[in-house]
Amino acid sequence: MQPKESAKDIVLFGVNHKTAPVEVRERLALTEKECPVRLIFDSLPSCQEVVFLSTCNRVEIIAASSHPEKALQEIKAFCTDQSHLDPVSLSKCSYDHVGQSAIRHVFRVASSLDSMVVGEPQILGQLKDAYRMALKEGCSGQLLNKLMHKAFSVAKRIRTETRIASQAVSISYAAVALAKKIFGDLSGKKAMLIGAGEMAELAAQHLKTNGIEELVVANRTLERAVELAKALDGKAISLQELDDALIETDIVISSTGAPGVIIKKEQVKRIMRPRRHRLLFFIDIAVPRDIDPGVNDIDNVYLFDIDELKEVVEENKAERQKEAVKAERIIEAEVIKFQSWLRSLDVVPIIKGLQEKAELLRQRELARTLKNLKHLSEKDIKAIEKLTQSLVNKLLHDPIMFLKKGSEMDDTEQVLSMISRIFSLNGVGQTVSLEKYMENRGKRAKRATSSKDG
Amino acid sequence: MDRFIFQLAFFAYIAATAGFLVNIITLRKEVERIATYILGAGLCLHTVSIILRWVYSKHAPLVSFHDVFSFLAWSLCVAFLLFQAGHKLKALGAFVSPVITLFMILSLIHPSEILPLPPALQSYWLPIHASISIISYALLTLSFCISVMYLIQEHQIKKKQLGAIFRRLPSLQVLDTMAEKCLKIGFPLLTLGIITGSIWAEQAWGAYWSWDPKETWSLITWLLYAALLHQRLTVGWRGRKSAYMTIVGYLTLLFTFIGVTYLLPGAHSYAT
Repeated sequence: MQPKESAKDIVLFGVNHKTAPVEVRERLALTEKECPVRLIFDSLPSCQEVVFLSTCNRVEIIAASSHPEKALQEIKAFCTDQSHLDPVSLSKCSYDHVGQSAIRHVFRVASSLDSMVVGEPQILGQLKDAYRMALKEGCSGQLLNKLMHKAFSVAKRIRTETRIASQAVSISYAAVALAKKIFGDLSGKKAMLIGAGEMAELAAQHLKTNGIEELVVANRTLERAVELAKALDGKAISLQELDDALIETDIVISSTGAPGVIIKKEQVKRIMRPRRHRLLFFIDIAVPRDIDPGVNDIDNVYLFDIDELKEVVEENKAERQKEAVKAERIIEAEVIKFQSWLRSLDVVPIIKGLQEKAELLRQRELARTLKNLKHLSEKDIKAIEKLTQSLVNKLLHDPIMFLKKGSEMDDTEQVLSMISRIFSLNGVGQTVSLEKYMENRGKRAKRATSSKDG
Repeated sequence: MDRFIFQLAFFAYIAATAGFLVNIITLRKEVERIATYILGAGLCLHTVSIILRWVYSKHAPLVSFHDVFSFLAWSLCVAFLLFQAGHKLKALGAFVSPVITLFMILSLIHPSEILPLPPALQSYWLPIHASISIISYALLTLSFCISVMYLIQEHQIKKKQLGAIFRRLPSLQVLDTMAEKCLKIGFPLLTLGIITGSIWAEQAWGAYWSWDPKETWSLITWLLYAALLHQRLTVGWRGRKSAYMTIVGYLTLLFTFIGVTYLLPGAHSYAT
């Protein structure tokens, strides 16, 4: 009897930004290969299903296998082979997980708990792409399909139930988030950039994507202003025109290299009346500061300097860490749920086999008996049928209940093999799932068989 | 019967208030939705109790302190629900629902017996003048609540305390615009309330204006709100100053509404 080769556990091997330097990660990324997941799938005879995730921060092989330990060895050998690293140094900077811890790792990666910036949203999209690729190549099956879909829904749940991604963790994002808390909707608002600097440009860029209507660039040298304005699709002015421009502006981002203050308190006080006291938001990311700190004391004027923004960012980061604890709790619960689903997979065919065998016997014996009892009325036949049915049901009830409970026990495997031996279930019932399996994974099953023969 | 239904409405308002407070602490959206439904249910009950009371007493139930506070709570509830249907200003429920509950308590602690209407008040002007005035109070209450929210949020941003409170309140500009919106509806109604009162006074007592304390304080309140709106519309006053002024205006209004009756007796002393 050929044993059924169906994946039953999850195996994971990988490197990430915490464990391995970029030199190692890029060697494993297999970017020069046309279809990495296909290559991996074909190189690992013990793995029935494979998903390959490769991003700039991590490379991971997620597989489902009937022989997890053997599969892991194959994966390691394959990676050593591909990366041209010696096995010792590779194992030093990599990690591997089997079963529950592999499931947990996948959930954590999908939810961005394992990312460099906790809560960043890109990783989920990258994982989805990796899964789509595996699907397209026919490398994913029942187990990984379920695992991936579960991972996506866990990630979504964490995103909505915790505030892990709701806080800005960079200066420029924090500035935009603040602007939104002051102005609400940013559409129709005007922003001004004083001086040029990477962070200021980034903030201006974020403001634009958030619907700012107009961007003005002021600089000491008009040429530089014109240049920058062109790049940011804005209007250039010189510093002499600052006062007039301030009347029209709602958000000012200042980052000049000037040694002293550029915008004085008196200056801002003067323009408040002509601008009809509309709210004015200053972001001063220059060191030394460009804007008189006293500006913050004027009614309807808000000033944040670089240190204050940094503080906001730090608080947000701490907040994310706190939210991550909540997320870990959600993941723990989902891992347990997935694990019990995995175990129930083993139990279902046995239960089905039991039921099918009993039904087969019942029908056969019933037919044999009824053939000799021709004098019975329709009603009597029905009664006998009912009798056999309830006998079978009552007899099977306890073993089935035991199996269902058994799927939560640790020694499921032994229990299952014992039961199928007692009832000599080989071939009965399991044929159904085996057929399905052959259908889906024809090539793999055939190869497994032939390799066994050889 | 009306009293029993009124009490049911009161309990619904308390439950809704608790819901809004839970929502603002836990930020769970479904709690806010449920609280809004409970508030709506309370409002329906409250409406029934007011109608029943009108039927029993055979005159508009707007004479005693009990009735006036009850109708004020009712109007505020209506105004809040209509406002939220249009604007969905977050966290507003947590600020307005306690005030609704407070007005209900003030209504409950005043005697609710139905007394025969004094001859001076027997006029069709009673429901017109009283309801318009009270609805304007409700809208000004709403603008007061929003201004309080504005000042809290403004304080958070000025002092750079960007914590839990900051996150839960709406943006400054939205709060400012919404407070102004309520003022712009509430103030004309307040004006109309004073005008209808004055016409009624002419019919009842033969003089449009007799400098009774209530009238004097109404005028002061009206002038404050008029000045505020004028500054907003001409000079562009907004933000903190405007929010403070809204609060001063509202406190004056409260004094006119409650304080004058207790402290400075005149024609408007509610039957207590």
